[in-house]
Order: sequence, then structure tokens, then C-alpha cells
Amino acid sequence: MDTNGIKDLKVREKQEVDLSVEQTRPGLVFTPDVDIFETENDIILLADMPGVKAENLTIDLRENVLTLSGYSDDEENRDTSVLISEYEVGKYYRQFNIAEVVVQDKIDAQLSDGTLRLTLPKVEKAKPRQITVKTA
Amino acid sequence: MFYKRVFGIPRAGFASPFSQFELLRQQMERLSEAFDLGTSSTPSAGVFPLINLTEDRNNYYIKAELPGVKASVLDIQAKDKSISVSGERKIEAEIDDVKYHRKEREEGKFSRMISLPGEIDEEKIDAQLKSGILKIVVPKSEAAKPRKITVK
Repeated sequence: MDTNGIKDLKVREKQEVDLSVEQTRPGLVFTPDVDIFETENDIILLADMPGVKAENLTIDLRENVLTLSGYSDDEENRDTSVLISEYEVGKYYRQFNIAEVVVQDKIDAQLSDGTLRLTLPKVEKAKPRQITVKTA
Repeated sequence: MFYKRVFGIPRAGFASPFSQFELLRQQMERLSEAFDLGTSSTPSAGVFPLINLTEDRNNYYIKAELPGVKASVLDIQAKDKSISVSGERKIEAEIDDVKYHRKEREEGKFSRMISLPGEIDEEKIDAQLKSGILKIVVPKSEAAKPRKITVK
């Protein structure tokens, strides 16, 4: 690939979320950047959540609402003093409405390099059934 | 309105003209405090990736959020008192013919130079990339470390 064709990454400030539900844990809440796409069989969601470990991530699908919630425990050591602070660390939270019917027990989630890959398999479309009318 | 509040106050008795200045000064101070509230972050250099830099007695610690970046594409170099971090974030193309609903994650190359305030030991720099966070530990050179002076 031609390296000159690659564009430079621009800084994007993290987007803070305004939660309607109050939190028990104090701190900032950000919206993770996501890609969502659909293949023939699956809906796939990719979310950038740097610093979030698998044990600190919750994925919940309930009544067609998918909730992603995770937090980064990568906080500053108290013994160090801050010289430059350009980004802040906190919780990630985002909800989506899933229009398709999803096979709940086949959902697959993988977290690598701070990116979550969530595969939601679609329920196979009911095949049109022909009903033969019998004559008595 | 601000003018009226500051200058329109009827002078009470023997108030010296300086008290008016004092009042103005206090109000300006309060105003600037109001703007400062809520943000502890320093203005960013506006270059990707954003970094946090901390120090203790022995080291400088540089942190950056780089989700989806592989360690193999990162290039970290140290020269004099500067550390440069460059690389490229690639988003792998999906194999199947897919239909995108949302595309917020971006790809591209990046390069950032970080100047440290003191001398560093270039030989002993350690960098780790874990869960999308890059951590670089830069040891201070012996000459740059603060010296403890015992009072006899």
C-alpha cells in the first residue's frame, strides 16, 4: 500500500455522556467510538475502550437494548506528580437499540488491544411455509 | 451591568478610592475562578495521541491511549530530552461483504514528540502496550534526580 495515501490521525476529545441515571461510582463517563456493521448472519459491533479489562466490562442485552458499560482502572499513582494531563480516565457507557432478533446464547465478545468486538448472530429468518389446503 | 455594579456603587462615607479597586480585583478573581472550575487538564498540544505525563523522584511516566494499535507498528525513539512516538492505526478490512451502519473509529498514522523537562537515561527506557494503553517509563539521569540534603 502507498504510505503517502494514509491520512494522519486527528485528536478527538473524549465525549462525555450525560447520564439520566445517577451513578454510585463518582467519576467521568465517556462515549466509546464504535463501528457497527452487518453481515448476512451477524451484527458486529466494534468499540474502542482503552484501559478496560474483561473483568471490568459488562455487556447487557435486554428487550432489544444493548448496553455497554466498562471502566478503566488505569488511574494515576498517588506518589507521582502530574506534569501534563491531556486526557482523562473514567467509565465508558453506551446503549443501542438492536432492531434485529438476536440469538442470545450465541453472542460472542472479545476484547483485545483495548477494542471490543461483539458478534450478535441474527435469528434465521423464518422460511416461508406453504400450507396446502386439503379438501375434505 | 458589570460596569454599573463595579462603578455605580454609591460611595459609603469615607471609603477610600482603593477599596473600589480592591472590590474590582476580588470580582475579577472570582470570575476567573469560575472559569477554571471543573477542568484539571492542561491544554493539549492537539497532536495524536493525547498523553499524560507524570514524574516521581526516579522516573518520568508517559501514557497514551492507543486502542487497536499493535505493538509491532509502534516506533519509539529517544534523543536528548525528547521521546518520539509514531505508528499507524489500521482497521482491518472485513472479509465478508458488509453493510456499515456506523463508522466512528478512524485509522491513520500518527507521530508525536514529547519533550521532557530534565535529562534522561536513554538506555533504560521501558515501554509497554496493554489493553490499548501505552506506558513508557523513562528513568531520569543521575544528574537530573533531586538530591536530598541532610541538615547537620
